[in-house]
Parts: sequence; C-alpha cells; structure tokens
Amino acid sequence: MWNYTDKVREHFLAPHNVGELKDANAIGEVGSLACGDALKLYLKIENDRIIDATFQTFGCASAIASSSVLTDLIKGKTIDEALAVTNKDIADALGGLPDQKMHCSVMGQEALEAAIRSYRGEAPGKTGEDAHDRLVCRCFGVTEGQIRRAIRENGLTSVEQVTNFTKAGGACGGCLEDVAAIVADETGRSLTPLQPQRPKTMTNIERMQNVMTVINEVIKPRLNQDGGDIELVDIDGSVVTVALRGMCLDCPSSRLTLENFVQQTLRDQVDPGIVVRPEQRAPGENA
Amino acid sequence: MNLTYLDNNATTMVAPEVLEAMLPFLQNEYGNPSSMYSFAAVAARAMENARARIADLLGASPEEIIFTGCGTESDSTAILAALESRPEKRHFITTRVEHSAVIAMGRLLQQRGYKVTWLDVDKKGRLDLEAYKAALDDNTALVSMMYANNETGVIFPIREAAELAKTRGILFHTDAVQAVGKIPLDLKTLPVDYLALSGHKLHAPKGIGVLYVRRGSPYRSFLIGGHQEHGRRAGTENVPSIVALGKAAELAAKHIQDENTTVRALRDKLQQGLLAAIPEAVVNGDTENRLPNTLNIAFKYVEGEAILLLLDQEGICASSGSACTSGSLEPSHVLRAMGVPFTYAHGSVRLSLSRYTTEAEIDKTITALSRIIARLREISPFRNMTDGAEALCSSAGTAEGLSHR
Repeated sequence: MWNYTDKVREHFLAPHNVGELKDANAIGEVGSLACGDALKLYLKIENDRIIDATFQTFGCASAIASSSVLTDLIKGKTIDEALAVTNKDIADALGGLPDQKMHCSVMGQEALEAAIRSYRGEAPGKTGEDAHDRLVCRCFGVTEGQIRRAIRENGLTSVEQVTNFTKAGGACGGCLEDVAAIVADETGRSLTPLQPQRPKTMTNIERMQNVMTVINEVIKPRLNQDGGDIELVDIDGSVVTVALRGMCLDCPSSRLTLENFVQQTLRDQVDPGIVVRPEQRAPGENA
Repeated sequence: MNLTYLDNNATTMVAPEVLEAMLPFLQNEYGNPSSMYSFAAVAARAMENARARIADLLGASPEEIIFTGCGTESDSTAILAALESRPEKRHFITTRVEHSAVIAMGRLLQQRGYKVTWLDVDKKGRLDLEAYKAALDDNTALVSMMYANNETGVIFPIREAAELAKTRGILFHTDAVQAVGKIPLDLKTLPVDYLALSGHKLHAPKGIGVLYVRRGSPYRSFLIGGHQEHGRRAGTENVPSIVALGKAAELAAKHIQDENTTVRALRDKLQQGLLAAIPEAVVNGDTENRLPNTLNIAFKYVEGEAILLLLDQEGICASSGSACTSGSLEPSHVLRAMGVPFTYAHGSVRLSLSRYTTEAEIDKTITALSRIIARLREISPFRNMTDGAEALCSSAGTAEGLSHR
C-alpha cells in the first residue's frame, strides 16, 4: 500500500531532472542492480557552483523521489553548500520517508559526495571510507565507516535503525552482531571486542595449508550463502591469489569483499602479513 | 477508474452468489448452531450443507472437514497435531518456498529442538523428489509441502510425495490454499493426512478456512473449550462465512474447467503479450506444472515496487516478489530459493487472474505494463547496457579483471 507523503508521490510520478547530462563534469554512482537500488548522479560544475544536475535511478518509489528532490536541492549551490546537504535534508524535503526507506536518502547523499569527489579528482569510494575501512555488510557493501557515520549524523540507537538507514544486515543478516557491536560502541554501551586467533610462527607449508583450510571452511561457505564463490588460484609466500565467482561478480563491493573480508579473515586467522590479490585476467576474457 | 484486479493469489472478490447465500445468516438467521430450538437448526443445517459442498469439491467426507479461521490456523493446527501424536519422532520435512505460515512453524520447531529439513527447489521452482526421498528417515514425524506455490504458481508432485511418506508411515500435510478451486484435486486418490485451504482465495470472504483431516489420521485440538466441530475446533462457528464457503466451493466445482481453459488462455495471452512487448523479460517458475491463473514475470533493470505503484496509477492491482523494506531488503524467499539472479528478482511482478478476469483487462495490462517498464528503464542508469551489473561494477572500482565474465 502507498505509505508515502504527497511530496514523495509527486517526485516519483513526475521526477525532476531525469536522464544523462551530456556535458556533466562530475558523476557519482552508488548501489548496483544486485543491491536493488542504484543512483547515478550527473553534475555540471562551473566555478565551484553546480549549475545543472540530473540523475538516473534504479529502485523503488522513494529511491526515485529522493534522487529527484536531491537534484532540486543542489542546483545553484556551491560545492561546499552542496556538501552540507545531508540525508536528513533529502528526507525532510520529501516531507519524510518511511523508516525502512531512509536508506534511499542516504544513497542520495552518498552519490552527491561521490560526484564531488570525482570532480575534485579524488579517489572513488564510499562515504567515510578510507583505505582501511572494513566491510561489514557484504550483501549490500556497507562499511564500518558508513555505519558509524549514519549513527552519528542521524542519532541512531538500534540495529534496526542502522538497517533502515544503510541497509546493512537487511538481507542475509549475517552481520547483525557486528552492527550491534558498532551501535554499542557508538552509543557508549558495553562492547565485547572480537578476539582474532593468530598462530605465532609457521612454515610456508603450514601457511599454505592454513590458507586453504580457512578459505574452504570459513570464507567459501560465507560467500556461498550470498550466492558467491571463491577459487584459490595460487599461494606464493604471503601473497594469496584468488578469483571471486558467482554473485560476487555482480557485486560492486567485490573489491571490498576481497580486501576486507577475504584478506582480513586470512590475516586474522592465518598470518597478519598475508596479502590477497585478485587473479589478473585480460578484460573480456571469459571465466 | 475501473479496477483491474490481477492479484487473486493474494485474495479474491466475494462472488455475488456467495454474498447472496451468506447474507441471511448476517441478518435474520442468526441462531447459534449449538442451540436446541428449531430457529437455530436453520443455521446448523446450512452449516452442514456447506460442509458437504466442500467435501464434494475435495473428494472428502463431510466429517473430515473442520472449519477454522484461516489457512494459517489450518496449517498451524495440522503441524502441531501431527507432531504431538508422534512425540518420539523429532524430524520435520518441509520446503524453502512454503508460505510464511509453514516457514515460521518450521523455525519454531527448530527452536524446540526438532531437526528440520528444508528441501531445495531448482531454478524453475521444482522440487527434487530424489532429495526428498533421501530426506525421509525413521525419525521423520511429518512432511509439510505446499500443493502450489503462491508466488510462481508452480505445482509440486504432492501425490508422489505423499505416497512416499505413506509407505514409510510418515504423516503428510499439504498447504493447498493456492490450489483449491484452481486445479482439480481429489482426496480419494491423494493420500495426504491433512490439507489446508482458505476461503478468501476462492471467492468466499476472509476469516474462514478449512482443515481437512483424513479419517483415522491422528488429531489434537488446537483451540479447546467447546464441543463445536466435534470438539476438534472449539469456538462458535462463523456461520455466515461457512455458508459462504460452501457456496464458493459449489461454484468452484462448477467452474473448475473454466480455470483450465478460459483463465489459462487469458494468462497465456498475458504472458505472451508481455514477453513480446517488453525486451529482457523472463517468466519465473516452471511453465509446465503451473497454476493456470498465475504469471510471475521479471523485468531487468527496474524495481518491483516502482512497477506496482505505477500500475496502481492505472487502476491495476498486482504484487511483487520484491519487498524493498528493511528486514526483507532482499527479494522474495521463493525467488531466492530458485536462484533467480538479483538482477531479475528485484524486478519481478506477480499477476494472478480469476474467472472474473476479462480479455479487455489483459489487453489493458499488457499496454500499461509495457509503457511502465519503458518509462522506468528511461530513468534507470542501467538502460542500454548489455551487461548492466558488470558495467557498474567496474566503474565502481571493482578489482580489475574480476568484473569480466
């Protein structure tokens, strides 16, 4: 049943600024087909001012409405003014969004930030993400940094709210405990730190055997749960080469999966010095 | 605006004849069937007549029919009754694609220490009978398997499955909520112990269900405190709705061939029309063994909720396999169990017809849906992409080489 404000309805039924912007000089993309929603935001920036903005969105009514109202909000603003636009501003401009749709407004904010980063020539990546940001929700590619930021900026206090705002934990639920720990940490409640097990020294043979065991018994089953898969290609000293398969190929967070889940798990459980590399294959070559 | 109702697997309109039959029992004939005077006997007789009509539709005996409040009550009662009668056996077999009434019961049983086997389906939603056979063991108390799936309409081989259980002395329950009235079903030759049906899926009102319990199969009451239904389901009977369901069963028996001819032809026309008009659309589920009224179709690059809301603007009612809400951000458990790729599952729509569906409505729906999908694809960043997901993957910075199949 319709559970939207008139404003959401209006922006969904007749969205503003739809389509590709041919002379855009900043583009921000978030989400994917696999995740169920995706937004591609096009900006034309002149003298640090956004003179035009358009979007393309795949998603539900509130995702389309959030994108539409976002373009209205940022047109004419300077980059700095635009960066001050929060997901809450997007939701407010729509007269509010249902709790379970708040992630649509977060997607708008993230696309805007990604576009501005691309304009400034900064590395692409998600909000709050730095080189060491850890992937928490593998289904939707949500990092710890994104979760912490959503909690801080929106005053969230429960796991359910985090799911509503970031989608983390909304599919397989495998990361809900992890999310709970982050919520507890951010809200100052008691936190039980996870104790990774690390064997001390080992021979090359032991390391190889341990890597194989952890991939087969820990990593593979978890990727399988989401329809993904992994293949061990080679182990050369501390360098482990793997190939992601199945749903992992459709997933925009596969790089993060590789670095944050596969590499981190191997570092935690086998050897802190392990480096995981994707199998190199010529573009277009069939798997 | 005229309503085009293509969500008959969710609920159905009350047939005019059904309303007519039940009205007197909401008006003057308000007697309690348990009372002694002749005024109440009118209600009691009407109720027994209804029971006989339902028994006729199912090929059952009237005393095997227990009236309940809904399909969910029938499922819960059957499962708990069967397990209570076999306290020493602690294994329950069901499938991954059941209605949530049975899924929730399976989870509850797991919490209570039961071993639960969740049978997989293949990518067309079909059950693997060999895997099922292998799952049956000496500890198995009960199998609960839906007759036909609510989302895809795929029909399970209930006769074979029930026979296999029977030869091993294992009880068998089927949730036939979607099947009854849509396909012929004869309990004389179908060796199930329990069967659940729901009135509002076959043009009776909401709030009335039936649990069939085969004569001789074990049974324990779920609701206690009265002698109604021979003590098998306490609580004053919902006489108007029971009478309504009796009439609905009579009509269903009369029209069962139409389901397989007229309704099927319209459904097929809808399917062919949509596949011809809309590129990158696929039908979900086995098209061979499928309810004649159901079409589950997926459109790539668009999302289900958006489709439904635009259909609603045109007065067309449908439902989606995609539930884009928290707690269920992932698409339907049925489509996921079938391994429908996310890229299609998010854009899946279920259209379910009834004998009241007209050809004009089908034509209107084909036109409307073609326009809606085209419009949403215009908005979608994935349009014109031959391999949308992968293309976005690489631009989002996926590790080089991995984004290419």
